[in-house]
Amino acid sequence: MTNETLAGYSNLALYSAMGVLTLAMIAYAVFLARLVPHRERLRDEGAERVEVREAVHVGAGAPAAGGGASARPAADGAGLPAEPLAARKAAGVAGSLTWLGTGLLIASVALRGLSVDRAPLGNMFEFACAATAFALAAYLVWGTRRDLRWLGLFILVPIVLILGAAMTVWYAPAAELLPSLKSYWLAIHVTVATLSVGLFTLGAVLSLLYLWQEHRATNEITGGFMSAFPAGKTLERMAYGVHIIAFPLWTFTLIAGAIWARQAWGSYWNWDPKEVWTFVIWVIYAAYLHARATSGWSRQAANWIAIAGFLAIIANYAIVNVYFVGQHSYSGL
Amino acid sequence: MRTALLLLLLLAVAALPGSVWPQRSIDAARTADYIAQHPTAGPILDRLGFFEVYASPWFAAIYLLLLVSLLGCVLPRSVQHWKAMRARPPRAPRRLERLSAHASEEVDATPEQVLEAARDALRRRRMRVHSHDDSSVSSEGGYARETGNLVFHIGLVVLIVGFAYGHLFGWKGDVIVPVGQTFANTLTRYDTFSPGPLVDTEELDPFTIRVDRLDARFEENVQAKGQLGMPRDFTAHVTTTASPGAPEKSGTIKVNHPLEMGKGTAFLLGNGYAPTVTVKDAKGTVLYREATPFLAQDNNYKSVGAIKVPGDGSSTRQLGFSGFFLPTATVDEATGPTSIFPDAKNPVLVLTLFEGDLFPEGRPQSVYTLDTAKLTQVKDAKGEPLRIWLEPGQTLQLPGGRGSITFDRVDRFAGLSIRDDPGKWVTLGASLASLLGLVGSVVINRRRVFVRVTPAIDAGRTVVTVGGLAKDDDASMPEVVTEVLAQITQKAGR
Repeated sequence: MTNETLAGYSNLALYSAMGVLTLAMIAYAVFLARLVPHRERLRDEGAERVEVREAVHVGAGAPAAGGGASARPAADGAGLPAEPLAARKAAGVAGSLTWLGTGLLIASVALRGLSVDRAPLGNMFEFACAATAFALAAYLVWGTRRDLRWLGLFILVPIVLILGAAMTVWYAPAAELLPSLKSYWLAIHVTVATLSVGLFTLGAVLSLLYLWQEHRATNEITGGFMSAFPAGKTLERMAYGVHIIAFPLWTFTLIAGAIWARQAWGSYWNWDPKEVWTFVIWVIYAAYLHARATSGWSRQAANWIAIAGFLAIIANYAIVNVYFVGQHSYSGL
Repeated sequence: MRTALLLLLLLAVAALPGSVWPQRSIDAARTADYIAQHPTAGPILDRLGFFEVYASPWFAAIYLLLLVSLLGCVLPRSVQHWKAMRARPPRAPRRLERLSAHASEEVDATPEQVLEAARDALRRRRMRVHSHDDSSVSSEGGYARETGNLVFHIGLVVLIVGFAYGHLFGWKGDVIVPVGQTFANTLTRYDTFSPGPLVDTEELDPFTIRVDRLDARFEENVQAKGQLGMPRDFTAHVTTTASPGAPEKSGTIKVNHPLEMGKGTAFLLGNGYAPTVTVKDAKGTVLYREATPFLAQDNNYKSVGAIKVPGDGSSTRQLGFSGFFLPTATVDEATGPTSIFPDAKNPVLVLTLFEGDLFPEGRPQSVYTLDTAKLTQVKDAKGEPLRIWLEPGQTLQLPGGRGSITFDRVDRFAGLSIRDDPGKWVTLGASLASLLGLVGSVVINRRRVFVRVTPAIDAGRTVVTVGGLAKDDDASMPEVVTEVLAQITQKAGR
């Protein structure tokens, strides 16, 4: 029933994607490494100039540092561009490699689907590939609307790690599905689940960066590569923006899963460990949204809840799938 | 909200033990095993409700408190929102420049013309518009955000109501039906039946289901590692009637494709083998001839079962066979007889024989095992326990003039689960309404936009100021203000 040739090509595409994405990750690291010292110098010079100008009452020119990576030249007329050419080159290479790697990853998922003649979402390996493809696609599409090059390294590190785990620990050969998985709900329920996990990954990275940025602000830490990142408030808002897309999708996952459970197992809610964890994750992110809307709670506490939610997603995936006894035993391990 | 938040976090934590420890309602046997293996912790955990988390008082306490807190929040807010939706937008602040989002421009038009243009622009944005005085327009929009929010929360309450309704009025029953046999939907026919507290078990729909054939397909392609023998398809071909004697209809029940039967839905949740065995006494009278289901123990369907032959009813000479059915039998040197493939490629019955009282004191017992308290094992000529190894068609004469046993043939059985949940449509409708409400509450923004006009120094010209006030975290408020101002100036002329 499985087409071994296509399955082979799928794996080849996956290995290539992994290699290309690793290179993209390195290129993004180079981008930050070249950008940050330059930014710091720019800020120091800008600050000096401000002092000089104030001394002679010429008026303050705003220093350009700390405002996020911007391709525009610095506004203070120092003659230095906001980004050195080397950084811009590295970012360009990284961006192209990310597009290529994402394309290869999507090709790998599609070939896997064609080789087994079904939605390629039947086991942990396939789920991990699809979720990372969604996370990358979300990052790239969002990146066409605003400058997200600073995020590249931080989104690629978890993705390369997840793909690495998928290819080694979770790998399952292309095969036909168990009867309980043979349903069009597989395509509906699991596609949306992978999409929302991809978005939650993006949201968790942004929440972490926000908390880091806040930590720097409260301890008055300046410099370091985080100075090339947007301000905490912007990061927090971006994290929230991602989470409020992911949360309704996760709600849909829960509902679609319940409908499918009724078709396959006879009852829409069986307190199966995977159901319980999906529900718990939903509750944690609901708590995040409440914490964010509650005036007495700080934004930082709310974002810690979001990160707890992501840890629960990881536990649900890596632990519940493999070690807990339940009806969602499709890990293929 | 703070209470709700804490209760939500508490609910998340309290739900977890149910995924860690086995739950009695899901797998009673595994729960009993766990308690037996943990003699110290097991009973303590049991007393604390860790094996029935979702029916435990502490879990109920959390979700009931959450429900109360939810209602206590949502009901007053619904009233408030109802009033807000019919109220006029508030008076415009005197100085719109103080609002975080504001913009101003001078236009070549009278204040009246500008105000008219402002009303028009705001109405076109579907905002509620009102002028409290001659120099300002107030507007408010995005009420659907709060509507969505309330629909989401009320939907959750209705969902729980549907869930509870299903538990009270729903029922489920499991039954094993060997191929060729008919199941009639009456209480006595079920192997296990769990009705909700308010179900009238006399009023079950009298439909019947006959299992004509059961197709099972397993993976035989060895190329993929770990996949050999994995189940690929189960289909039960059935003939049904709405009541005994009613016209027959044929249908199929598959995993993921249940069969709707009036008040009750039939699911194919299990399958296995039911060897037909004939036991005769020494005179050749048939004492037993039945398809006897054996329960699968592993993925290769090594199945256990028992054949209980009460005979003429005298308590001393009753015969009990117990042992395994092996669909693809082989003898493993370490573990003895076992099955290496789930399909019936080389079916064998491996049995031992007991004699005595099968049903001591009429205690309830499993149909798949013997209660050996009042039984003695029958030995062969060498004094070893008698081992019976039968392939289809083979007959064995039992020692000591006890008659004979014949393995006639083997059929499959369908493990059917028949269930009715009258609350499911309420739950589904409520959850979909909640989802819609949730989407509305995150994509729509509640906004107030005010426009104030003052005559400019030049006669006939007007300074128009637009100010925006967002109720929630709304990054696009400045854009809205700029857009409104642009629409007004375009309409009223520069």
